[in-house]
Amino acid sequence: MLEDIGNLFHGFAVVIQPLNILLMVIGILLGVIIGVLPGLGGANGIAILLPLTFSMSPTSAIIMLSCIYWGALFGGAITSVLFNIPGEPWSVATTFDGYPMAQQGKAGEALTAAFTSSFVGALFAVIVITLVAPLVASFALEFGPAEKFSVFFLAFCSFIGMGKEPPFKTLASMMIGFALAAVGLDSVTGSLRLTFGFTELLNGFDFLIAVIGLFGIGEILLTMEEGLSFKGKAAGINPRVVLETWKELPRYWAVSIRSCLIGCWMGISPAGATPASFMSYGIAKRISKRGDNFGRGEIEGVVAPETAAHAAGTSALLPMLSLGVPGSPTAAVLLGGLLIWGLQPGPLLFVEQKDFVWGLIASMYLGNLVGLLIVLTCVPLFAAILRIPFSIIAPIILVICAIGAYTVHNSSFDVVLMMVFGVVGYAMKKTGYPLAPMVLAIVLGDKAEEAFRQSLLASGGKLGIFFSNGLVGTIMVLGLIALFWGVIAKGWSRLRRVPHAA
Amino acid sequence: MSKSGPSKPGALMATDGPPHRTIEIAVAIACLIFAVITILGSLQVGIGWGAEGPQSGFFPFYIGLIVLGSSLVNLRHAWALDPTPLFANWGQLGQVLAVVIPTTVYVLVLPYTGIYLASMVLIAGFMIWLGGYRWTLSAAIGIAIPVAIYLMFEKWFLVPLPKGPIEDWLGL
Repeated sequence: MLEDIGNLFHGFAVVIQPLNILLMVIGILLGVIIGVLPGLGGANGIAILLPLTFSMSPTSAIIMLSCIYWGALFGGAITSVLFNIPGEPWSVATTFDGYPMAQQGKAGEALTAAFTSSFVGALFAVIVITLVAPLVASFALEFGPAEKFSVFFLAFCSFIGMGKEPPFKTLASMMIGFALAAVGLDSVTGSLRLTFGFTELLNGFDFLIAVIGLFGIGEILLTMEEGLSFKGKAAGINPRVVLETWKELPRYWAVSIRSCLIGCWMGISPAGATPASFMSYGIAKRISKRGDNFGRGEIEGVVAPETAAHAAGTSALLPMLSLGVPGSPTAAVLLGGLLIWGLQPGPLLFVEQKDFVWGLIASMYLGNLVGLLIVLTCVPLFAAILRIPFSIIAPIILVICAIGAYTVHNSSFDVVLMMVFGVVGYAMKKTGYPLAPMVLAIVLGDKAEEAFRQSLLASGGKLGIFFSNGLVGTIMVLGLIALFWGVIAKGWSRLRRVPHAA
Repeated sequence: MSKSGPSKPGALMATDGPPHRTIEIAVAIACLIFAVITILGSLQVGIGWGAEGPQSGFFPFYIGLIVLGSSLVNLRHAWALDPTPLFANWGQLGQVLAVVIPTTVYVLVLPYTGIYLASMVLIAGFMIWLGGYRWTLSAAIGIAIPVAIYLMFEKWFLVPLPKGPIEDWLGL
């Protein structure tokens, strides 16, 4: 523990170099812009900018990219409160009370509350990461292939059981992701598969292309269909409003703590920031004394989802760092970045790349603080960006997406593929197939398959190896519980209702 | 938002369109076809037990089977849906196609014209046809953005982007 704190301080020393501070500010600014614009979000924004970091040192690169992520998390709140348009899916719940507050002329209070609770949620999650990640990593160092597979199994099962989409749609989307990941060179035997003679498919499908297409192009198409007109409320934030809101906020400490816990739990198990924000809002509404007033501009209704969304978004990095299993599509893109910079995500990172890991963790503390200051001071600027008409923004975003897709492998075929993913993403979103499991499956497919095959090789083909010792058995059982969570929860509530009725 | 794309009688556009059920069924069938392709491809490389343990097709074969199974369930659900709600009306789909068609052309001509020329045409064209802006403003933004991208990528970050005959002629 003491050693970890020493490492953390070393990390701070790395982060406060002028270049890294500059990258941090640039990252936050870019991130907020990405979060504010439709069609660009944390995941595809980072995917597009990833190629720009190939020449940087991994530590500087991750500082900039993770700050883009924090910025995007902050940015989502601005559009929700001022325009009633969630810039990101996790800020949908923020619109419920944030926009009514803005209509009542309390936009400044709503934004201050949103930003501050985001910061609190993120800070809580970073502290959890600081304390827990090294322990998990040292524990995971002992993992064999069967344990590794069981962790993947748990992660993917929680998607199916805990997500709010229909389970069979989640399953189909996820498995299509696995199949796409399998295309190309088989890393175990070295033979080609599923290419059907197309040389373009030799290297398989890169998940960055999928992310840019599914989230970027797909989102633009959705926005076009809805025919958005941006009619925003004026944003007046001045120091007096900020201070007065801050004075009021400590009253909501109970909501904050509860939302932090919900957020961390949902972020670590890869359910993600979006369900966390909804769940936190729902519970706050049920418990709060002023619950009836939720939806009509209640500040508590802004605090709850924002805290949870940021706690979830941040803690999604915990399994990515310590186990190599990202908790969200954005964490998956960051994981892809690690691989490109030649770092192996997972428990060994804590042993072999101390500078990198602790630099990243230190940058989470500072990045969120810098982010809070930037968003509090620059709200009018970001709101102005939103007033640029969509018919100017849309083609520019399309061009940026195309450039992002091209630069991943300098391949024009990838740009065409991005377009295909875009149309597929639009159809999937409209029909309720979740995109995140597909992206995560494309990222983790090869590793999950490798772990699965190595385990089977060791056991001579018997599936019993996944229950052969307490550890792997426990994780697998947890996975099965997560998988059938919907069924279990339904059965449980029915059991409890019976005595009441009698 | 802005002026609508393709011109069609307004009254018909708002109330008419493909039913949501049809699209749900189509997506489920697309997943089924994908599953069959995956399974066939896996069978080609072998799904059994080879010298190095499971063969290359082993894992994708079972993945394909799961996609097949879950798509069948999804198809059954889609079949039972109420056929009245619309997926989107034709006007909305026209808006979507107004983005899809030019962007598809854009990504297909990229390798031949280079990214800069194609981007200028895409941005300016989009602003004129869908946004209804004057051609002067459209041209100005259409030229400014690619130039900014050129400076940022090729000069600052040293990332080469696809170039066409115009850039060759200019000697960039």
